[in-house]
Amino acid sequence: MEHHSILRVVSKLLIPPMLVYALYVQFHGEYSPGGGFQAGVVFAAAFVLYSLVHGIDALTRVAPPRVLHALAGLGVLIFAGTGVVTMALGDAYLGYYALAEHPQHAQEWGIVVVEFGVGMTVASVMLSLFIAFASHTRKLDDKDW
Amino acid sequence: MMALIEANLPALQVVLPLIAAPICAILGRGGRSWAFACIVILATFAISVALFAQTYAGTIISYRMGGWEIPLGIEYRVDRLNAFVLLIISGSATLVLPYARRIVAAEIPAERQPLFYTAFLLCIAGLLGITITGDAFNIFVFLEISSLATYALVASGSWVNKRALTAAYNYLIMGTVGATFFVIGVGMLYMITGTLNLADLAVRIADHGDSSTLRMGFVFILIGIGLKLAMFPLHLWLPNAYAYAPSAVTAFLAATATKAAVYVMLRFMFTVFGFDYEFQADTLRMVVLPLAVIAMFAASIVAIFQDNLKRMLAYSSIAQIGYILLGLTFLTETGLTASIVHLFNHAVTKAALFMVAGCFILSAGTCSISKLGGIGRDMPWTTAAFVAGGFSLIGLPLTVGFISKWYLVLAALELGWWPVALMIMASSLLAVIYVWRVVEVAYLQPAPEGTVRKEAPLSMLIPTWIFVGLSIWFGVNAMLTSTAAGRAASALFDSSHILWKE
Repeated sequence: MEHHSILRVVSKLLIPPMLVYALYVQFHGEYSPGGGFQAGVVFAAAFVLYSLVHGIDALTRVAPPRVLHALAGLGVLIFAGTGVVTMALGDAYLGYYALAEHPQHAQEWGIVVVEFGVGMTVASVMLSLFIAFASHTRKLDDKDW
Repeated sequence: MMALIEANLPALQVVLPLIAAPICAILGRGGRSWAFACIVILATFAISVALFAQTYAGTIISYRMGGWEIPLGIEYRVDRLNAFVLLIISGSATLVLPYARRIVAAEIPAERQPLFYTAFLLCIAGLLGITITGDAFNIFVFLEISSLATYALVASGSWVNKRALTAAYNYLIMGTVGATFFVIGVGMLYMITGTLNLADLAVRIADHGDSSTLRMGFVFILIGIGLKLAMFPLHLWLPNAYAYAPSAVTAFLAATATKAAVYVMLRFMFTVFGFDYEFQADTLRMVVLPLAVIAMFAASIVAIFQDNLKRMLAYSSIAQIGYILLGLTFLTETGLTASIVHLFNHAVTKAALFMVAGCFILSAGTCSISKLGGIGRDMPWTTAAFVAGGFSLIGLPLTVGFISKWYLVLAALELGWWPVALMIMASSLLAVIYVWRVVEVAYLQPAPEGTVRKEAPLSMLIPTWIFVGLSIWFGVNAMLTSTAAGRAASALFDSSHILWKE
């Protein structure tokens, strides 16, 4: 892959801003357009770009499918667990008001935590799907490009 | 702590299996994930029993998700009808999971089993969610959760037979079309009323009166749900999906998936649109009634000519759904009681029969009827369970099948529709034929040379016989189920008598 310098340089330039942008979309989700789903997709797209340039094996070294499956589950647990916490604090399921004194802060925290879970699940499911499809085809030799 | 749990029972009913699903995936291989799923399902069943007991007297439990005010936020609403359906779903799951261990071990590779149980728990969470929620859009979301899990479950039969993949894909396309139609219908209702809460929808639709948008919404919902519950001409996904899914999945789906869809139909027809909605009454009588009767006959006749036992039972399910829909179209309290009681009765009967098919597959390696010669001697208990389940399918007295048909015939005669009553009985005779075919092969034909077949293990026999026992117990002593169904029907009947304004 060393001699594809254009691909390498472009991906190197693109991937860090993509990751930062994903985090921006993630953590501004509660008061501007965006949120966990979009952030998760952008975040996963950075990894997909990395694997398009460096090969699927490079991606599975960074993000093995087993870890991705566990992270996907963990994201759901964060979302659903927030609901259980608010229930234990005496409010309804996902009733964020129990989370803090100030109602506005309570809602904000609830949404941020829940959206974090969404982002985590979406990013790992996107990558799992990509890996599942990409691993199916036969390995492409570098000369076939 | 107890008070906290009690206050949040409706939420926990869905949240418990939903949270358990990812944990099950993380837990890792084999027995651990199965044991965990069993414990969770037992707790879920306990919640269903508690909800059933709380609503039996007629109280309606209303739960505000996230604490939002009701017509705006999502409401979980438990009344007699859906408490009854919740009990069917979680009860079937409680019995199918212990049964699943051995047959899943035989049909699915060890490293895939945790994901299998994960999908199973998600499917249960989805079905319970469909049933418990009082919000039209929330129904759609849970419909998707349960359907997506079901597609994966059906496809996991591909370790045994690759045709499971096409069956699952077929189901995916049809199921997605159904869900899309449903959500378009809900969109139309939202356009008219500006609300998604079912109880609020009922009031506002009655105020709004009839309009072409309302009619379109009704038709979209009818067809969308019709696809999900395999209403006669829309049933094409069902036989293959049931035949090639892993045996435990088939038993669970046959007992629950179509039942939850029937519940949604009942809810929309009678709580949201109401008995007094003339367009609905006309559609039910002019379109759904003939289709239900055709299903009773056509599907039974096709079942007679099947060689694969699971496929035969799948076609029989389509016929049985015909009976359930027929009960709806009478638009009387007795008819509704027949439909609701048949939800339960068909669930226990069909679960028992599909479990027997699973036992045959485990021991004999096949469920092709022509290869089951003499199996009644090698597997006496399993085959006896089939005979008892078959009696119930036919509707012989002392089985639950008889109770359902009794109420159906009663409802038909109440309206003076004696041809319909005769057709109900005539179609039962077709069930005699396809059940007898299996019984004849199993008992009267010699075993094929060189076959070694052992009786199914107890972990599978006991759940099967519990279902058989239930189908006899509630056939002899029908008070509990028919009273529960009757009360659910009268609750629906009362809830929908909101006067229509012209």
